Amino acid sequence: MTNLIILPILIPLFTGVILIFLNKRIAGQRVVATISSISTMIAAWLIVQKVRTDGIQSLNVSSWEAPFGITLVSDMFSALLVLTTSLISFVCLIYSFKSIGEEREKYYYYAIFNFLLVGVNGAFTTGDIFNLFVFFEVMLMSSYVLLVLGGTKIQLRESIKYLLVNVISSALFVIAVAYLYSVVGTLNMAHISSRINEISVNGMPGILTVIAVLFLIVFGLKGAIFPLYFWMPGSYYAPPVPVLALFGALLTKVGVYSITRTYTLFFYHDIDAFGILFILAILSIVFGVIGAIAYWDIKNIIIYNIIIAVGVILYGVSVLNTASISGAVYYLIHDMLIKAALFLLIGIVISITGTSNLRNISGLITRYPGLGWTFFIAALALAGIPPLSGFVGKLLIVQGGFEGESFIGGFITLMSSLLVLFSVMKIFINGFWGKNRIYRGEEKAPVKQLLVAPVILVVISALYGIGSESILPYISQAADTLINPNLYIDAVLKE
Amino acid sequence: MEILMAFVIGILFMTATYLMLSKSLLRIIVGTGLLSHGAHLLILTMGGLKRGAAPILGGNAENYTDPLPQALILTAIVISFGVTAFFLVLAYRTYQELGTDNVEEMRGTEKDD
Repeated sequence: MTNLIILPILIPLFTGVILIFLNKRIAGQRVVATISSISTMIAAWLIVQKVRTDGIQSLNVSSWEAPFGITLVSDMFSALLVLTTSLISFVCLIYSFKSIGEEREKYYYYAIFNFLLVGVNGAFTTGDIFNLFVFFEVMLMSSYVLLVLGGTKIQLRESIKYLLVNVISSALFVIAVAYLYSVVGTLNMAHISSRINEISVNGMPGILTVIAVLFLIVFGLKGAIFPLYFWMPGSYYAPPVPVLALFGALLTKVGVYSITRTYTLFFYHDIDAFGILFILAILSIVFGVIGAIAYWDIKNIIIYNIIIAVGVILYGVSVLNTASISGAVYYLIHDMLIKAALFLLIGIVISITGTSNLRNISGLITRYPGLGWTFFIAALALAGIPPLSGFVGKLLIVQGGFEGESFIGGFITLMSSLLVLFSVMKIFINGFWGKNRIYRGEEKAPVKQLLVAPVILVVISALYGIGSESILPYISQAADTLINPNLYIDAVLKE
Repeated sequence: MEILMAFVIGILFMTATYLMLSKSLLRIIVGTGLLSHGAHLLILTMGGLKRGAAPILGGNAENYTDPLPQALILTAIVISFGVTAFFLVLAYRTYQELGTDNVEEMRGTEKDD
């Protein structure tokens, strides 16, 4: 029992409230937001160390004992994700200073930014299924505001679709929780898991497969898996780049986290549900690849790369053995870092050239070598070229896939790497090589200051790959909890 | 009683689906409202309807009603009110900016504007 794990939720919450009152003082807002972001990072780091030494941490809010009150649980998986989230939010924040524009800053951009973090960190930390719904709503509400802030035509139009899709999926979430409650009679995630374990000694009852699929639909809509990603290319196209980076790196990963958590904790008996998850993961990879190589718009290429990564991670989850789960955890964190970096980099490209159409861009590397080479390294890391970070995760996932005798999935994952490399190299070759052009708006773009943020992420991502030997103990601790749900149950229910 | 509730929930979902498939933005919003109310009634029904006394400490009764579904609905209703209010404001602003509330005319084909 420690109060430490609530800090990554409380700090952004209080900061958000303070920032509302500072809305006309931009400098003050920046200082407060930076301080809070750094302190969240420190808190997240302390949690990771605490979990490393003392095992899973849980906090019963208001001291109501575990199955009755709301419980916050921090195992290694969620602690690492909270740390990654706070890191990415810090980087997006310093990128926003130069790029988001004064108008948005005055209209509560930083406050909403912090409320988004409350939702994301809360969803990672909570140990109560209904509380997960509440934190999802906090996160979604902030994301609606961030998506529409600025009020251009495309933003308004796409926000309506995004809002409608998410309202329907929230209703489905409530329905799924209601069904689950009627079957197991509890909301605490550890308690649900042990109850499901009791009732499924003679095989999984069909109703639980239905609930599993309902959860897959709900979280799949957030995480953009195969048939449910239809809203994403349109909606993510609309907002400015720092918001896009936050959404691409965090929001979809919350969906992926929730699928991983519910499937490994509740439905690990359920072979049917895992079969569906496997098929959808593979189809996500295939369709994501098709989208990524088909488009000539740099934003769309990277957006479709999110779908591929989600497919790869969920493929690792669906195989469900130690190697594949460690790979999924490792790849999830890698992907959050590198997607944020890539979005911020193409944001710089867009601010230089004023367009995101690859056909109108060429020869950037002659005048912006730093930008070019950072993008090159980020692209290699995304595709998984050793020793960068994508390699280790994918290696573990494929190794797990072959151990689990799912050869088709492993093969498709490997092939997808090549096509991912092709899709980002298309940006590099067409955008950075070739004839040097003059762009309007070029002088105004503060390229050097903007480049700081993605460079931080790319360096961390490279270290994450090179130092994978020293990071793997953390990853395998996270995978341990996911493979053995009893560790989680014992930590929450038996203080 | 549960059977009656099941019919009510079904009718709410049916109406919500019908409204959300229409082209007018306002009808879609009314549809989302009905959808979330159907979901709330579903929680109430799933928890089991009133079977006994109110669950108060110190009160003596044979059976107690489960208070948890009601607490859940309270939270869910507040959230759905908030989202609906936001949706209405967004729809009004969109109507002002785009000059239409017909979703057919809001297709996202042209990227640069």
